[in-house]
Amino acid sequence: MTIQNDTKKKSGLWKEFTKGIIKENPVLRLMLGCCAFLAVTTSASNAIGMGLATMFVLVGSNAVISLLRNVISDKIRIPAFITVIASFVTIVQLFIKAYSPDLDKALGVFLPLIVVNCIILGRAEAFASKNKVIPSIIDGLGMGIGFTAALLLMGIIRELLGAGTVFGLPLLSNFMPPVVIFLLPPGGFFVFGILVAVAGRLSKEKKAPDAMGCAYCPLSSSCTQLREIEEREGK
Amino acid sequence: MDATVIKGFVAIFLSAILTENYVLNKFLGICPFLGVSKKLNTAMGMSIAVTLVMVIATAVTWPLYMYVLVPNDLGYLQTIVFILVIAAIVQFLEIAIKKYMPPLYNSLGIYLPLITTNCAVLGVTMLVLDKGAADPTFGFSQSLVNAFGSGIGFLVAMVLFAGVRERLEKCDIPHFLKGMPITLIAASIVSVSFLGFSGLVDGLL
Repeated sequence: MTIQNDTKKKSGLWKEFTKGIIKENPVLRLMLGCCAFLAVTTSASNAIGMGLATMFVLVGSNAVISLLRNVISDKIRIPAFITVIASFVTIVQLFIKAYSPDLDKALGVFLPLIVVNCIILGRAEAFASKNKVIPSIIDGLGMGIGFTAALLLMGIIRELLGAGTVFGLPLLSNFMPPVVIFLLPPGGFFVFGILVAVAGRLSKEKKAPDAMGCAYCPLSSSCTQLREIEEREGK
Repeated sequence: MDATVIKGFVAIFLSAILTENYVLNKFLGICPFLGVSKKLNTAMGMSIAVTLVMVIATAVTWPLYMYVLVPNDLGYLQTIVFILVIAAIVQFLEIAIKKYMPPLYNSLGIYLPLITTNCAVLGVTMLVLDKGAADPTFGFSQSLVNAFGSGIGFLVAMVLFAGVRERLEKCDIPHFLKGMPITLIAASIVSVSFLGFSGLVDGLL
C-alpha cells in the first residue's frame, strides 16, 4: 500500500515536471511570455541566458509564494506576488550585471521586464498559491525548462537563418547567404507563428491555440469580461 | 522655447510612433496586441487607457528615480519600486475615474486592471531613463513626450491590427495555421510595413 502510494506520489511529481515542457509548454501552447520570447531570440546564447534567468525567478518565486500561501490575504495577493517576483528579478539583474555584462547589454530592458512576464505571475496564481513547496518548485522547474527549450529552439532557428551561425559558430555560410530579416522583428513574428503551428499539429488536439492562454493568467476575469463585451457588440 | 527644442519634441514623438513602435519594433505589449485587438472598439479603448497610464506613470517614476532613488544610492531598487508604483497608480486611477468620471469609467475602466502587468508601461518608464543616461538633453519633458508618443504608437499598431484581424476572420485559412499562427504571421507582415519607416526621423533633423 505504501509502495503504491509512493509510486503514485512520484508519478504525480513527474507529471508536474513534464507537463510544462511539452503538453502545457508556456509559450508554444499557452501563448504566455510572448514579449521576451520574441525580443531576445535573435541569437541562441541570448535565448539561453534569458531562459535560465526566467527559470531562476520562476523557481524562486514559486517556492516563496508557496511558503507564504497561508499568510498572504486573498485581497492583496497580486501586489504581494509582484513584490516577491520583483525581488528575485533584482537578484538576477545584479548577478548578470556582475558576471556577464555582455548578456546584460544584449537582454537590455527585457531583463527587468521578467517581472511582468505572465508565465511567472500566472504560475504563482494558478499553482504555487494553492500547492505545497516541493510540487511548486517542480512545477517552476518544468515550466522554466519548457520556456528555455522553446527560447533555445527559436534562437537557433533565427540565428541560423538570419546570421548563418549557431552559438557564434558559422554553419550555413558555405551554403547560402544569411537572410537578415529573420533577425528583425518581422522574422520573429513569422518564426513564432510557424513554431506555434507545428507545436499545435504535434499536440493531442492537433490544432494550434485560438487565443492567449487565459486559464493561467491572473487577470483573466477582466479579459473574459472584455470578450463578453466583444461578443455582445458582434451580435 | 526655441525652435530646436520643439523640433526635438516632434522628432521624439514621431520616432516613438513610427520607427521605434513599441509593439511592432520593440516587442513590448505583445499580450494585449494579440489578445485584445480583435474588434476596433476594444482596441481603441485599451490603447487610450495604456497611453494615459504610460504618461502618468512616467510623470511619477522619472522624478522618483532622479530625486529619490539615485541621490540615496538606491538605483538597484528600480524594478521593484517601479512595478509597485505602477500598480498603485493603476489602482488609484481606477478609483478616481470611477468616482469623478463615471462615463469615462464605463468605457475605460475595464482595461485598467489589465494594464498593471503590461510590459509596455513598465518598459517605457525604464527606457526613458536609459535614453536620458545616453543623452543628457533628454530630460523630463522629453521623457513625457516619448511616453505619449509610445502610447499613440501602441494605438496605431492596435487599430491597424484590429482591422487586419477583422478581415482575417472571414478568410479561408488552412486548418494547420488557424488561430494563433495566422495571427502571428499577419503581425509579421504588418511589422514589415513598419520597417519602411526606418531612417525617416533622422532625415527630419
